[in-house]
Amino acid sequence: MVGIWYNKDLFAEAGLEGPAATWEQFLTDIQTLKDAGVTPIAVGEGDKWTGAFWWEYLATRIAGEEAFVAAQNRTGSFAAEPYIKAGEELLRLVELEPFQDGYLGATWGDEATVIGNGEAAMDLMGQWAPGAFKENSADGEGIGDALGLAPFPMVEGGNGDAKDVIGGGNGFGLGKDAPDEAIDFVKYLTRAESQQQCAEVGFCIPVVKGGETGLSDPLMIQVQEYFSQAEYFQLYYDQALTPALGNVVNDAIQGLFAQTMTPEETAQMIEDSAVQELE
Amino acid sequence: MAVETHRQFRKDFDGSGLNRKTKDRITIIVFLLPAIILFTIFVIYPVFRSVYFSLFDWNGLGPATDFIGLENYQRILSDKIFQKAVVNNLMIAGLSLLVQLPLSLAIAIMVGKDFPGRGLFRTIFFLPYVLSEVITAIIWLGLFNPNPDRGFINAILVFLGFESRAFLGDPELVLFSIFIVLSWKYFGLHMLLFMAGLQNIPHEIEEAAVIDGANQAQLLTHITIPLLGSTIRTSAYLSVLGSLTQFTLIWVMTKGGPINASEVMSTYMYRYGFVRFWLGYGSAVAIVMLLIALIFSLIYRNLLQRRDYLAEV
Repeated sequence: MVGIWYNKDLFAEAGLEGPAATWEQFLTDIQTLKDAGVTPIAVGEGDKWTGAFWWEYLATRIAGEEAFVAAQNRTGSFAAEPYIKAGEELLRLVELEPFQDGYLGATWGDEATVIGNGEAAMDLMGQWAPGAFKENSADGEGIGDALGLAPFPMVEGGNGDAKDVIGGGNGFGLGKDAPDEAIDFVKYLTRAESQQQCAEVGFCIPVVKGGETGLSDPLMIQVQEYFSQAEYFQLYYDQALTPALGNVVNDAIQGLFAQTMTPEETAQMIEDSAVQELE
Repeated sequence: MAVETHRQFRKDFDGSGLNRKTKDRITIIVFLLPAIILFTIFVIYPVFRSVYFSLFDWNGLGPATDFIGLENYQRILSDKIFQKAVVNNLMIAGLSLLVQLPLSLAIAIMVGKDFPGRGLFRTIFFLPYVLSEVITAIIWLGLFNPNPDRGFINAILVFLGFESRAFLGDPELVLFSIFIVLSWKYFGLHMLLFMAGLQNIPHEIEEAAVIDGANQAQLLTHITIPLLGSTIRTSAYLSVLGSLTQFTLIWVMTKGGPINASEVMSTYMYRYGFVRFWLGYGSAVAIVMLLIALIFSLIYRNLLQRRDYLAEV
């Protein structure tokens, strides 16, 4: 599950509690952080999928589940107004210049280094992020207890719910002739006790009720809570859609981050590819 | 007369009943066969398969059935990003000819002279060429790091009082930054070629020129460079062809980004073929690349290098 990881110490330096709950306040706080000499956000936009999270979250908040399903089954369009609006909101963020130097060429590894070294306040990333922050930091320790997790802010007037989340998915693929033992094994893996054990050793975040008792890391408990409260779970666009379309999304969003494409052009580029891929 | 006829007979027919010329041909074919088979399987056949796939809208899963004729080619030639990639390829090729080759020649002339430790310098200059492209790319990713605390180049800039720059994150700078890395990596090869060429220039000619009162500059422009002609032409050929097919270094360093600022034909092909999985379209890009490189080779060899071959024969 993707959420906003933030550095509590850097927020405190700017006199703030943490990431705001609404998008307008979030944008105001970006300026507050900058005024306090803090780099608000780290992003490794050279990898593209990293920054695409920002647009996808805005799209999920503004366009919501229905618009996505419609665009995907081709009764709707990715060039529809809410998707253009998502681009416009992202552009408002980009225009505040909230990112670390050289973010257009940086990788996710660079992004994790910036956060791990305490050089930027926020990072929109999945639940694997805390480990990466540690590994990529100069001292191998990361920022320790200063790391917090907050949900992506709600966007005023959007169709999506503030509790909806974006994330990845895993599943077990079984052949149609798979023996009963295989099915039993999957049942065994997904029962509450196994999920609990799996969480205890830090291998997974439980997806079955009752499994969450195995979690001890407060951040992972938080991830599990956000995840279980969500009404709608949006799979990353580059996994929910075909590989070609998903990568067009990532390429198009980079144009917004570099301010070389307008929100209309971005949405149209995605829609053009959707026409080709999904129809 | 009779003896000569007999000799001629022995020359043409040595008992096997086959004409000698035919026998020679058979020998040649037998010796060439392994290479021809491998070449056919791994080069010729894939090229024709690519041509075939390039006529389909195909994502690599299952057989290609959606025949679309030349639509892929139309799309490639009208795609602005592909055009940009071609321009970037030409930029790299042009810069290589204008900057990299003269630099290599200058260094070759310098380390070709007698001075203490020249062997050491030759080795040092040749070292980057020995590194693999991925290693080179990773080293330079570190050197170019936009954060002055981690990137060596930016640390120097900041130390000298300049602002740090995002060399690979700035669409205006990225291609030149990559060109610097390419030059660093490949000037050693051209230096070596030029050094070999320089050794073939007879010392007497230079001596004669000096006796006639030529100074160092005249020696260079009237003797050394003209006599290096064939080496320079080979070097330029390799350089342009290398520029047209360059992939690994750019893919590892920037993936053609940001926003396609360092896109070249090969990264474009890879993006469509293996990231977006439009294998039909990717195949068409590969064919376009092949044609561009082939046409360049044919023209270059016929116009510029013909003399070299005639002179050698």
